[in-house]
Amino acid sequence: MRVNMTVNGRPYEADDVWEGESLLYVLRERLGLPGSKNACEQGECGSCTVRLDGVPVCACLVAAGQAEGCEVVTVEGLADHARQRSGQVAPLAPVQQAFIDSGAVQCGFCTPGLLVAADELLERNPDPSDADIREALSGNLCRCTGYEKILDAVRLAAARTGEAV
Amino acid sequence: MDFLRPAGWEEALAAKAEHPTAVPIAGGTDVMVEINFDHRRPEYLLDLTRVAELAEWEATDRTVRLGAGVPYTRIIEELRTELPGLALAAHTVGSPQIRNRGTVGGNLGAASPAGDAHPALLAAGAEVEVASVRGTRLIPVEEFFTGVKRHALEPDELIRAVHIRRADGPQQFSKVGTRNAMVIAVCAFAVALHPRTRTVRTGIGSAAPTPVRAHEAEEFLGAALEEGGFWDSGAPLEPSAVRRFAELCAGACRPIDDVRGTAAYRRRAVGVMARRTLGWTWQAYREGEGRTAPCA
Repeated sequence: MRVNMTVNGRPYEADDVWEGESLLYVLRERLGLPGSKNACEQGECGSCTVRLDGVPVCACLVAAGQAEGCEVVTVEGLADHARQRSGQVAPLAPVQQAFIDSGAVQCGFCTPGLLVAADELLERNPDPSDADIREALSGNLCRCTGYEKILDAVRLAAARTGEAV
Repeated sequence: MDFLRPAGWEEALAAKAEHPTAVPIAGGTDVMVEINFDHRRPEYLLDLTRVAELAEWEATDRTVRLGAGVPYTRIIEELRTELPGLALAAHTVGSPQIRNRGTVGGNLGAASPAGDAHPALLAAGAEVEVASVRGTRLIPVEEFFTGVKRHALEPDELIRAVHIRRADGPQQFSKVGTRNAMVIAVCAFAVALHPRTRTVRTGIGSAAPTPVRAHEAEEFLGAALEEGGFWDSGAPLEPSAVRRFAELCAGACRPIDDVRGTAAYRRRAVGVMARRTLGWTWQAYREGEGRTAPCA
């Protein structure tokens, strides 16, 4: 079947999509957007987290056909998404810059999903408590166990965003 | 495989009537896992996310009619007052990503004994509204689960909504797992005080082939509260009564040993959760939360 969707603001059309295929597979294998990672395929690890019509979801659990006509934001579009939100010109989204500055990236596999989840948290709640951060990121696993630096990064992004306003 | 994408409820029922083997998919948090792992290759996937009315809820005096497609996140945000037990249970489901997609309709459709919504529905009191082109019927949630991952739906039927009694007193939900998020319940327990009818209802998850109520425990506690005048006095419960209630709840389990825990552990943990959740709800009732609820 054919699936149409808007990804990171650009219209895409995928052909010959198998009906049981996930949104994640379409993004990675058909649209050339491998930022969202494929790991557990059962919604446990969060490394495929994308925004579907604004809502963070595991792309591996969305059937491709369910994304027909939807707006998807992946890590590839996160910087643009953040720019549109803040009106500020920066090469990276605040959470991306904060992950780099805090040393929150080790092997990097979980990073795209964490970035998308953390960015959505800060959009919804610009001044999150530690409990809010832990809860928002509870569906994203880091098997390097680099959680402390990741929490630091989200706090830093929140602080910087707060200063900028 | 064919992907069926009905735009409305009537169209969905017609599709299910024409293709009774079609597997309904809403949040995909169960169905897609089975497809990703090649455990299931349905002939037809019936996508219900375009059926707008499934994602709506409405409250009347005594019940909330919760559309089968309302995601857990919205239950937590919008129905905490009307359905506190279900909102607590919803908060223990998976992760934010899962709660953004997963639905009570899907939980019922999967009919897992470990489904987090089930104990809360049993304790609150609920009926499942199912429909087909032949018509609509209401199934008491106690009768909905017929076995491990089996339910009372006919092949041409779909779950439209769940009619859940609005809370008239404190409710609690408790779940045992290895961490706070992303846990399939080792076992779970829900309790609801119903001051209006002076009854107590329970729900046990993941400790029997289906979610079950602890009927004996409910009757014992109901009688003890009534005879001792506790509903009016709001006096502290007698420790012996709380202990007996917990024993009867544990006794209502028919657990098995599996990868998540042993039968003995489950029975024990259900007793502990029963004691604790009863303590919390009774405390809330004593503090007036339940007793200030409107009487009818």
